[in-house]
Formats: sequence, C-alpha cells, structure tokens
Amino acid sequence: MGSLMLDRREFVRQLLIDRGDLLVVSGLGSATYDVGAAGDHPLNFYLWGAMGGTAMIGLGLALARPDRRVAVLTGDGDMLMGIGSLATIGVKQPKNLAIVVLDNAHYGETGMQASATQAGIDLIAMALACRFRRATAISRIEDAAGIRALLHSGEGPTLINAHISSEDVPRVLPLRDGHAIKRRFIAALDANGRVPAPAP
Amino acid sequence: MPTLAESQASWPDAIYAHFRRVGIRQVGYVPDAGHSHLIKLCQADPNISDVVLTTEEEGVGLVAGAGLGGQRAALLMQSSGVGNCVNMFSLLRNCGFGCITLVTMRGEFGEFNQWQVPMGAITADVLRLAGFLTYRIDNAEDVDEIVGAGCDMAFDGDLQVAILLSQRLIGRKQWVR
Repeated sequence: MGSLMLDRREFVRQLLIDRGDLLVVSGLGSATYDVGAAGDHPLNFYLWGAMGGTAMIGLGLALARPDRRVAVLTGDGDMLMGIGSLATIGVKQPKNLAIVVLDNAHYGETGMQASATQAGIDLIAMALACRFRRATAISRIEDAAGIRALLHSGEGPTLINAHISSEDVPRVLPLRDGHAIKRRFIAALDANGRVPAPAP
Repeated sequence: MPTLAESQASWPDAIYAHFRRVGIRQVGYVPDAGHSHLIKLCQADPNISDVVLTTEEEGVGLVAGAGLGGQRAALLMQSSGVGNCVNMFSLLRNCGFGCITLVTMRGEFGEFNQWQVPMGAITADVLRLAGFLTYRIDNAEDVDEIVGAGCDMAFDGDLQVAILLSQRLIGRKQWVR
C-alpha cells in the first residue's frame, strides 16, 4: 500500500519549489519536519505545539494579508482536532488560503495509532460541506505540480487531502524558539510587503 | 442590579472605542448575550473582520495568525470558553503574541444556572495560570480606563491581557422570557 502513496518529503519539497511570496504555516510534528526539510525559510511559521490550531493561524494570516497567498501544511491528527475550523473558514471564504493535510491516517508522533481518517472519515467531504471552494485528494507524485499551482493561484478556500505513506522518515528539526520564529516571520513579511496601517 | 438590556447602554461602546483607537482589525468570538452589542458594533465596522468561532480555542489561533500578518486581534467569549482554550493559550506565551480578551462572566453573582458555576468559579485562576494579566470590572464607569490600559499593555508589550466583565456589570440574564 505504501508504494501507492506519496513520499511525504518529496511531495512537500515539490509543493514548496520556487515558493516566491508564499506564506507557510506548518502543524506540529511531522508536518513541521517536512517543511523544514524542504528548506528553512523566514516565511515559515513552524508549530511545535498548539495542536488543532494550525488552520486557524492560517485564517488569521490570510485575513490580515489578502494580498498574499497562505498555505497551511499539517497532519490529519491536527486537522481533526481543529475540525470545527473548517466551518469557521468556510464562513469567511478566504480566497488566498489553502490547507494541505498530510494524511497518513495515523498519529505518527505517539506510536502510529490509527486516526479517524483510517476509518474512512472523509476530510474532503467535510471541507466541501463547509463551503470550501475546492477540495481534492492527491496520491500520485505526478500530480504535485498541479497542487503547487493551486497554492499559488487557486481561488480558495482550498483543502488538499494528500495521501502520504505512513513510513517513518528521519526527523528534521527546524527553529523551535517561538519568539524567534515569530519575529523572523514578521520581519521578512515587513521587508517583502507593506504591513497595513492600523485603522484611523 | 440592572437587567441585561439596561446594562448594554454604554460600556460596550467604550470597549469598541478602544478597539478603534488601538487599531483592532480582527475580532473572534463565540457569542454571549453580554457581548451582543459589541459584536454588532464590530460587524458593522468595515475595518474589522468579525469571525464567529465554533469554539473559543480557534480564536487563539486567529490572534496568532493576525499578529503574523501585522494585525491586532481581540477575542470575545464568556467564562465557560476560557476552559476550552487552555492548551492553545501556550501559543501566545511561547511566541509572545499580544492579545486582549474580554470575558463576560457567568456562574457568579446572581447566576440562575448552577451548571455555569464550576467554570465561572475558576475562570480568573485559569487565566492567571495560563499567563494572562487578568483584571476584573464590576462597575460600568471603570470600563473605559481598564479596557484602555489593557489594550495598551497587550499591544505595546506583546502581553496577554484578560478583562473579566462581571455578572454585576453585564446584568442578570433573564431566566423566563
């Protein structure tokens, strides 16, 4: 079964090639390691905790910066814990937000216990029911370029359910100091584009 | 003690004026009757994105995301919602995101529903343990000064500030409609 699924590292690497202005929020655990392994970048906001909150950080960022594209990369466990945020995002309809769920149907950090997606709980159906503009699955690496294009130009909100192999991969540990990650991100965003002034 | 309708006369406007003054651009909330007028003011403001949350902890993520994008955000919830947020609050402290949350109290003075009491009785302690500077308002005339100071501390100092709006302030919820 593993060979029919995506290699998570190669998939994330291809998603983040030539990323340009893309703002990236990664969920705790393997998603943060995958994003770090694709190449450290000041416009990565790595989470090491706050399970269930990744998609909502993406929403706050997407609302604050409608001029920029926001990609949330996270695992199925984090997405399931914050599943109500699909409804919250669906209400706001951020055109610039895409969520990529790296779905291995397991809790990888804690001993590979089965997650709800292994029992057929359908994230795509949930996203569509929450009025996401687009929700689609990917399981072949040949389709990664099309998903990458969606992150950069598709009209959101978008959810990508990426079926990844549950094989273990080496940990790649990016920056972990939360203050440093935040300050670096804000400084890079300031340098790249004007931060809107507060309301009068 | 005023009824809820009587108490909504002016203090929510004082809070909203501070939101405007410090440039709050996103407001996340799980509705509460005590926040109803303030929510309407925020919804009517084209400079504010109002975000109705399915659970209060989503609002903690919203605050962090807004901060990354250079915007200030506020959270409105009732005391029961504080309990829903506890682990997510670590995001604010770990990264130093400024946050102002206004918490309408239930489960205290004049409460008719004892199911509100266990969480209401520990709300202030939970916030302090989670790292919030926590202030309580009992009288409408204190709202302007305390909310103003709280907003300044939150956003000038990247601190987490909670302001509890007591049940005496917001008024007794009517048990029989």
